[in-house]
Amino acid sequence: MSLDPATVRRIARLARIRVEEAQLVPLGHELSGILNWIEQLNEVNIDGVEPLTGAANMALRLRPDVVSDGGDVEGVLANAPDRAGSFYAVPKVVE
Amino acid sequence: MSYAIEGRTGPWEIVVGLEVHAQAITKSKLFSGAPTAFGAEPNSQVSFVDAAFPGMLPVLNQEAVAQAVRTGLGLNAQINLVSRFDRKNYFYADLPSGYQISQYEHPIVGAGQIEIQLADGTTRQIGVTRLHLEQDAGKSLHDQHPTKSYIDLNRAGVPLMEIVSEPDIRSPEEAGAYVRKLRSILRYLGTCDGNMEEGSLRADVNVSVRKHGEPYRTRCEIKNVNSVRFVMLAIEAEAKRQIEVWEGGGTVEQETRLFDPNRGETRSMRSKEDAHDYRYFPDPDLLPVVLDEAWVAELKAALPELPDAKQARFIGDFGLSPYDAAVLVAERATADYYEAAAAGRDPKQAANWVTGDLFALLNRTGRTIEDSPVSAAALGALLGLIADNTISGKIAKQVFDIMAETGEGPAAIVEARGLRQVTDTSAIDAAVDAVLAANPDKVADYKAGKDKMFGFFVGQVMKAMAGKGNPGLVNAALKARIG
Amino acid sequence: MVFDLTLAEARAGLRRRDFSSRELTSAFNGAIAALNPTLNAFITTTPELALQQADAADVALARGEHGPLTGIPLAIKDLFCTKGIRTTAGSRILDHFVPPYESTVSANLLRDGAVFLGKANLDEFAMGSSNITSAYGPVVSPWTRNGDNRPLVPGGSSGGSAAAVAARLALGATATDTGGSIRQPASFCGIVGIKPTYGRCSRWGIVAFASSLDQAGPVARTVEDCAIMLQSMSGFDAKDSTSADLPVPDFQAACKRGVKGLRIGVPREYRSDDMPPEIETMWQQGLAWLREQGAEIVDVTLPHTKYGLATYYIVAPAEASSNLARYDGVRFSSRTDGADLNELYENTRGAGFGPEVKRRIMIGTYVLSAGYYDAYYLRAQKIRALILKDFTDVFQTVDALVTPTAPSAAFAQGEKMDDPIKMYFNDVFTVPANMSGIPGISVPAGLDAQGLPLGLQVLGRPFDEETVFAVGAAIERAAGFTAVPGMRAGAGA
Repeated sequence: MSLDPATVRRIARLARIRVEEAQLVPLGHELSGILNWIEQLNEVNIDGVEPLTGAANMALRLRPDVVSDGGDVEGVLANAPDRAGSFYAVPKVVE
Repeated sequence: MSYAIEGRTGPWEIVVGLEVHAQAITKSKLFSGAPTAFGAEPNSQVSFVDAAFPGMLPVLNQEAVAQAVRTGLGLNAQINLVSRFDRKNYFYADLPSGYQISQYEHPIVGAGQIEIQLADGTTRQIGVTRLHLEQDAGKSLHDQHPTKSYIDLNRAGVPLMEIVSEPDIRSPEEAGAYVRKLRSILRYLGTCDGNMEEGSLRADVNVSVRKHGEPYRTRCEIKNVNSVRFVMLAIEAEAKRQIEVWEGGGTVEQETRLFDPNRGETRSMRSKEDAHDYRYFPDPDLLPVVLDEAWVAELKAALPELPDAKQARFIGDFGLSPYDAAVLVAERATADYYEAAAAGRDPKQAANWVTGDLFALLNRTGRTIEDSPVSAAALGALLGLIADNTISGKIAKQVFDIMAETGEGPAAIVEARGLRQVTDTSAIDAAVDAVLAANPDKVADYKAGKDKMFGFFVGQVMKAMAGKGNPGLVNAALKARIG
Repeated sequence: MVFDLTLAEARAGLRRRDFSSRELTSAFNGAIAALNPTLNAFITTTPELALQQADAADVALARGEHGPLTGIPLAIKDLFCTKGIRTTAGSRILDHFVPPYESTVSANLLRDGAVFLGKANLDEFAMGSSNITSAYGPVVSPWTRNGDNRPLVPGGSSGGSAAAVAARLALGATATDTGGSIRQPASFCGIVGIKPTYGRCSRWGIVAFASSLDQAGPVARTVEDCAIMLQSMSGFDAKDSTSADLPVPDFQAACKRGVKGLRIGVPREYRSDDMPPEIETMWQQGLAWLREQGAEIVDVTLPHTKYGLATYYIVAPAEASSNLARYDGVRFSSRTDGADLNELYENTRGAGFGPEVKRRIMIGTYVLSAGYYDAYYLRAQKIRALILKDFTDVFQTVDALVTPTAPSAAFAQGEKMDDPIKMYFNDVFTVPANMSGIPGISVPAGLDAQGLPLGLQVLGRPFDEETVFAVGAAIERAAGFTAVPGMRAGAGA
């Protein structure tokens, strides 16, 4: 299996990562190399096996409904590359 | 008759399913301790978790879970004792983490149903597919700057219950009834305030059309409709558009659309170039939600009486008409008011007063029943004065208006203004005699067979008594004199 | 010479007032200033802040009010958010990020009196096994091969932490381990590193790579030093939903337990024909030491362990592709402008992430995408369940497992760089512990023929770090590993 440039472009787009046209083919080869190596997993018999999501074997703890956070506009915005008053700013989004 | 839209090729049936997003009432957000209150300064109700700062982790709010379970119980739905949170991955300016934490494969609530009542008195069951918990996104403001959008994350992470219906709805009226009923149930349960203007209840509407007996055709989703009226208008506009497309030989494309209430039409949302591929997978920061059966039972035991049960009780115990009962139970506050006012009184009379004079008063003054100028206890006391013949029904209206204006109690008003009904027969007799003496010609007419003159005499006597004469006794006295 | 003190010895010296924390900290500040330009073990140093913390520690020590780590200078992997101190995760995309909060683990260390010397270099977003992928330049191992001055890699991703500790630039360091990032660099640098059980240390405030695998732990020069550090780092944290609400045992005491009567498993699947004979020899030597100290050595089987690495390369990139979506140039990451929002995202992430991070995000995006989820991600989760079951079964009959930590000693910069999969094989022995959440320690056991350290790994039952420490300490005692790297503080070089 080899990822064609169109697939690489689609994945890059989904991941919002700029990939130059010239890189599509070599990147496709690289990714295909990894995916082909992963194919070894097809030999494992997984019939009737329940998937394991994480290593923590417990039920989720729930938090009491208490307001304990917020009210720190400066802290929230201090690292922003572009802000306007108390807002984050991004190029205009047309809906 | 079932609803249909007449096209050039004949009648079309519409098929509608609704995804209602209801904000669960909680103090803090679904996964953070930031507050959920509406209308705060931008980005002032944001924790670093909501803004998806590096290393921040979600911790689930117990009350949000309880609200979802209560809602599920209120919809007679299956409560899933094990559910799970997944990530829905997509990039958007108001989605800080690049994924929404939602429940995709294993929602907390499974199938349930809602009974809706239509204007013609019929009822229908609309299936609820599921209810799941998810985070709301932030808000983008596009009108503050010529080339920039501004982002406010106050809403980011607010708990939403997404309630998905089966495609069981067949008319705009049914859709409206469904949303109203769902809203009513949520408000009874106290799980969502149902405030559509503030966005705490909004609907995505899935619409398709078909000829009778056909399988489903392609549907379109109208996003974020924020009033019952718009839901109904949007369905009609979208159905008509689709019929035109089909009848013009075209094909309806599955897409997301927006309803423009000003133009009364739906339009395609600028397509997101490539199809969405949300790459759902279990959120590794969270573990399965496992509910304790005893806890669910506790929540169930504490549920309030819901509108359907209350309506049945009002009809059965109080002898109200289904229509009056439906009007009274639509809002829990109204039903509570009614029951308080009607306690120990004539329930039908109480219903008439609440749906008549009280509603008119609230309309006139722009008040809600929660801050009604006339309390339920005061209205009850007024009904009591009618019942024990202290005042007549007519005087009661006058007293009610004074109560609304002054806030005084009905008994005090009656005393202070001397409105107590006159039951002293000698006073009534005297008034009757005076009226008859002053109108000999009319007495003659009456005796000559003009029966309706009797009403004239009643009116004159009441007028002479400033309205306070006991109507029954006045009638009796007149009858005794002129037969 | 303070640089040759272990953390435990330095702690005793501070308490005896043999020297002050200011003296100790100044010495490390000086050593960092001298050696970091060569080793590049720190991305950010905070010498003044360290001295302030040292002075506060000295006040506490003078009053006899010391905590477990009062006055002890440490390095903090630059994946832990430190309040007011730039935190980069080794990535260009976070080169200006100053966290307004302190990670739970580093806060626990501060609570216990530690002094922070600076932020240790690492592979970008902890993705790598050689510290080559850091946007702030590679870390150079303080070790070199006999008669060969070519710079070697320190391992990764906690390469800066391991190099700093090995070169005596800190008494210990925090690290994180997603697929081996504590144990493999510890092995390469001749020091000790433990990845505790998943859930033992809070992940709150640690830049996430793969949430279901990431776990913090210490690197230090001795097993006991690691025990002291882990004691402070561990503990329940309500802010992390995967944090374990369990008491933290006395790890330092566990180091002294000995191994008499313990059953030690040797998983046969860890043997391969490609393994250098020196590593096989050292492994056998380690088992012999344990046998001599009274342990029983048992052959066991972990039939799915060989699939661990390929499974990891589905699970970890999948989680990473989602975890790293937040670096979008809007709230805290550096921005590269674009004509519209999507272009801004693509430019920001295209310029801000290095090749290995991009590769893993792409793989993760692909394996989760429509039509591939079942074939890749779901299958990987099921195999993960089988890997866990292997360990659960084996721990019915043995108390711990002993294996080599890595399939090779440290390699030179530029080696194994042509093929990502070759690099991935560094983690082949360490990854199964992350897949199953169990604790694992790497202890230096000897040198190879080129004079480079080799580590042995001890794996234990979930939340039984005590046995892991006990076995690790037994190996350490028997090995008597005293070799030191050529580049180190106090070496006079």
